Amino acid sequence: LPAVLLKDTKLMDVKLGQLGTWLAMRDFTPGGILGAMRRGYERYYNKYINVRKGGIGGLSMVLAGYIVLSYMWSYSHVSKYN
Amino acid sequence: VLHTTRPLHTTQQSLAPVPPLPEKGGEVRHGLIPEEFFQFLYPKTGVTGPYMLGTGLLLYLLSKEIYVVNHETAAAACILTVIVYGIKKFGADVAAFADKLNEEKVAAALAMKNEAMQTLQTAIEEEKKEQWRVEGRKYLFDAKRNNIAMLLETNYRERLLMVYNEVKKRLDYQVAMQTLKRQKEQDHMIQWVEKNVVQSITPQQQKESIAKCILDLKALSKSARAAV
Repeated sequence: LPAVLLKDTKLMDVKLGQLGTWLAMRDFTPGGILGAMRRGYERYYNKYINVRKGGIGGLSMVLAGYIVLSYMWSYSHVSKYN
Repeated sequence: VLHTTRPLHTTQQSLAPVPPLPEKGGEVRHGLIPEEFFQFLYPKTGVTGPYMLGTGLLLYLLSKEIYVVNHETAAAACILTVIVYGIKKFGADVAAFADKLNEEKVAAALAMKNEAMQTLQTAIEEEKKEQWRVEGRKYLFDAKRNNIAMLLETNYRERLLMVYNEVKKRLDYQVAMQTLKRQKEQDHMIQWVEKNVVQSITPQQQKESIAKCILDLKALSKSARAAV
């Protein structure tokens, strides 16, 4: 059974102790970041939107994520009310 | 610069036919949380695990004021209620309408493809028929050869007839010339003989012949009167 290199393991297979090293080994060049964003977009798109009978979930998850993100960015402003 | 030593088409991958789209997307529960999350927690916490996690998280956020309740919360609640009600009531109809649009597009594309295939099929049959027709070219060329032979024959015979006619005309001319010449000679000779004979009858001879004729007539009249 040939051992898989830490560099090539998926995130779900990484043990908790190896997480730091694994994260450090990722590709953080601009091309790498762009590629990672494109891969993430393609995964989400092909799983939830590019299907014959898509549901509301594909769109609503994106909107919910946007709501959470915008709340996080405006938290400091909102908490000043109290 | 094209590197001719670079190998082309080495993999089996090809662009056609395109694999069909999956029927349904990933499962999403309550429109917000993917089903994989529930499956992920199921071995450890069972069915109610994610819901307990959600409730605990919500209470934690509220109590620690990480989520602040203000006027925007009320607005969000009203808006979300309306949205959820709208989706629940009209979701199925909108989905059916979208599916119908898709169906029409697919049917149009399929009809085009079928029509193209039909056209090509008829083209193949026409081609086979043309190939069958080509086999009959032997008979066609035989007929043409016959036609040409007949034309040649006709032409030859026409010319033969023309030659015959021309030769006959010339021969007839020669014959006519000869007859004319003979006739003219004959006429001329007769005339000449007559002229000479008339000339030879001198006036003396004429008187003697007339007297002899009168005597003969008298003798004849005597014998005729006697006979009557």
